[in-house]
Amino acid sequence: MAFISSGYNPDKPMTDRITDIGPRKFNEFYPPVIAKNKGKWLYHEILAPGVLVHVAESGDEVYTVRVGGCRLMSVTHIREICEIADKHCDGHLRFTTRNNIEFMVDSKSKVDPLVQDLESRKFDGGSFKFPVGGTGAGVTNIIHTQGWIHCHTPATDASGPVKATMDVLFEDFKDHRLPAQLRVSLACCLNMCGAVHCSDIAILGYHRKPPMLDHEYLDKMCEIPLAIAACPTAAIKPAKVEVGGATLKSVAVKNERCMFCGNCYTMCPSMPLADTEGDGIVLMAGGKVSNRISAPKFSKVVVAFIPNEAPRWPKTTETIKNIVDAYSADAHKYERLGDWAERIGWERFFEKCELPFTHHLIDDFRDPAYFTWRQTTQFKF
Amino acid sequence: MAKHETPLLDQLETGPWPSFVSDLKQEATSRANNEKSVDYQIPVDVVEDLLGVLELSFKHGRTHWKHGGIVGVFGYGGGVIGRYCDQPEMFPGVAHFHTMRVSQPAGKFYTTKYLESICDLWERRGSGITNMHGSTGDIIFLGTTTPQLEEIFFELTHNLNQDLGGSGSNLRTPSDCIGQARCEYACFDTQAICHDLTVEYQDELHRPAFPYKFKFKFDGCPNCCVASIARADLSFIGTWRDDIRIDQEALQAYVGGEIPPNGGAHSGRDWGAFDIEKEVIGLCPTQCMWMDGKELKIDNKECTRCMHCINVMPRALRIGNDRGCSILAGAKAPILDGAQMGSLIVPFIKVEEPYDEIKETVIEPIWDWWMEEGKNRERLGELMKRQGFQKLLEVTGFDPDPRMVQEPRTNPYIFWKEEEVEGGFERDINEFRKDHLR
Repeated sequence: MAFISSGYNPDKPMTDRITDIGPRKFNEFYPPVIAKNKGKWLYHEILAPGVLVHVAESGDEVYTVRVGGCRLMSVTHIREICEIADKHCDGHLRFTTRNNIEFMVDSKSKVDPLVQDLESRKFDGGSFKFPVGGTGAGVTNIIHTQGWIHCHTPATDASGPVKATMDVLFEDFKDHRLPAQLRVSLACCLNMCGAVHCSDIAILGYHRKPPMLDHEYLDKMCEIPLAIAACPTAAIKPAKVEVGGATLKSVAVKNERCMFCGNCYTMCPSMPLADTEGDGIVLMAGGKVSNRISAPKFSKVVVAFIPNEAPRWPKTTETIKNIVDAYSADAHKYERLGDWAERIGWERFFEKCELPFTHHLIDDFRDPAYFTWRQTTQFKF
Repeated sequence: MAKHETPLLDQLETGPWPSFVSDLKQEATSRANNEKSVDYQIPVDVVEDLLGVLELSFKHGRTHWKHGGIVGVFGYGGGVIGRYCDQPEMFPGVAHFHTMRVSQPAGKFYTTKYLESICDLWERRGSGITNMHGSTGDIIFLGTTTPQLEEIFFELTHNLNQDLGGSGSNLRTPSDCIGQARCEYACFDTQAICHDLTVEYQDELHRPAFPYKFKFKFDGCPNCCVASIARADLSFIGTWRDDIRIDQEALQAYVGGEIPPNGGAHSGRDWGAFDIEKEVIGLCPTQCMWMDGKELKIDNKECTRCMHCINVMPRALRIGNDRGCSILAGAKAPILDGAQMGSLIVPFIKVEEPYDEIKETVIEPIWDWWMEEGKNRERLGELMKRQGFQKLLEVTGFDPDPRMVQEPRTNPYIFWKEEEVEGGFERDINEFRKDHLR
């Protein structure tokens, strides 16, 4: 492994330095049919789950085949995607905001060979490499965060629970049987890099134990005032502690005030929260970002805690499947999961999804909590 | 023979959904075999060790990654996130495993030529493992060593005409929906403005000068496929202010069952014959449409452009022609003080190159205020909460508009300003006492 220089000279970092050029310009990458018809599309239709046609004013058509992708992806896999795009799509492709891959062709006759090619490719372990689907009134790919593969604050894994959940929801990835689209998202901690708080179903990693305090190292590793200021509930205060006969500057945590957000740990590595029993999953439901019919809304906590059950998180996936099936059986056409829950009432939602209602689900976090309590005599028995 | 046993991860190789474990294993094998004789610049067994450390996390139920140190490329304060393993002796291949964010092209269209050049670079100088894409939108290079950071940056900028994205307390790489490239609903060119602002604000993107992160996202229509309203500090959502265009002939084709509703989105179940009264008119949130004989009529003035009717009958109903966007401010995920949806600050603005009005009357005044008043790690939405919507109006100079609120306030605790009250606040108590004895 000999070091190979790119041309960069560490002694003269400014020599020939190029900065602030930004991303490549989007139109370099448009397939010709997209470049030609941009802004002039008339309508679209989903011909089958995962297969769309868009028709332009010019009469041109573009056929899109959408396949699920793991957002965690190797260069070997990307090269296989490129090989497919070279073979069928003149070297063009795109990714969606939900980690799907879209292969586009400019005539209908090219669709079937492309779909067959995609569906025929499997990993050695037996899973599909490029399952076609993720459109319309079904489940599309789960957007997610890093989890245990790369992050320092997660309370659960990301790729693992996503794989397990998508295996369970796979039929709905390839079908249009649901009342409306159903968006599942996963964030492996409260920081929610993935912004899952407006999803039909959100899988959220959550810690349940306050930080441990590594007193011996805390003042050396951390800016104590920053750790104190990071706490949203003011649970952390400065403290002097005796360690091995020496008096050290450190912090104290008022455990009953801790909301387990992990902000202190982000500021101070000497305050880790991670714990095998303490960490697990919160399930939230009924959020959406679309303005269609009703306003965008936040997801609500419907299951306070499910333990991390690696490698396949069976309780989590079973609970999600039950919610999806109850929604599918009962909601009206076009009704999103949250709109359904609001129409039938949340009391009925818990009944139909066979979920226990515990005190953890009643909001007690600051002012907005008050407005979530029932302030009417209208409720259902 | 795998370097580490992975009995837990192996259980994620079965089932129909693409297995990331199988993919990691194929990359590990590819590196071990090295059929292309790649001169790997970081440990060959990096992916083996990544599988190993992940297996350990599956066993422990805890992550094995530590906080990032301060690593980066010269002159930038973002784009690289330091990452170290907390078991470096067990997994030396991933002892240093830094992330690089590569600024994605707007719309996420690619040529294979470009992607292959990215793969070549990342295979040689990194782990060969990526995210396509990260949550904010960047291409993520997952795992390399400190000495490779400048080398990768040099190759990206010199050979691929490609820059890094944002991280830390700066502008994060803006992202957009597919927009007019392939969607008939798009009310503006999301890719054009996304790219323009990304290039215009490279300094803000690369050199942290903000209290905390700041995100722009561009949704071409109120369907919000890129979720800007939930997660962007400034969310640009396409809209129009004239009339929905109606093709009555196509409408009859929907009524007659010749065209499937909602672009065929409901084909997996027999929902019965299409019923325009129940499925469109009855679900319209403003009840602004009705059938007049065989013709659909819309009272466009009352329409709130929710997209439902257009989504259901895309061949019969089309967005209006007087297009632009609404701008909402302050959305964020729950940390610290709870999740916030974006709040409407600009009901309508034209989206036209070079976007001066958007930059000069919206973005820059808001940044000036937030940089002056925002506390460390305070998002725009939190500053708005702390100082009030009125302050946002004050710094932008926009006139208050009932469109900006869900409802007027229910308390009368108005903070009147002295200049708003006739005669001001300074009064003579002795004059007052002439009429009101002590």
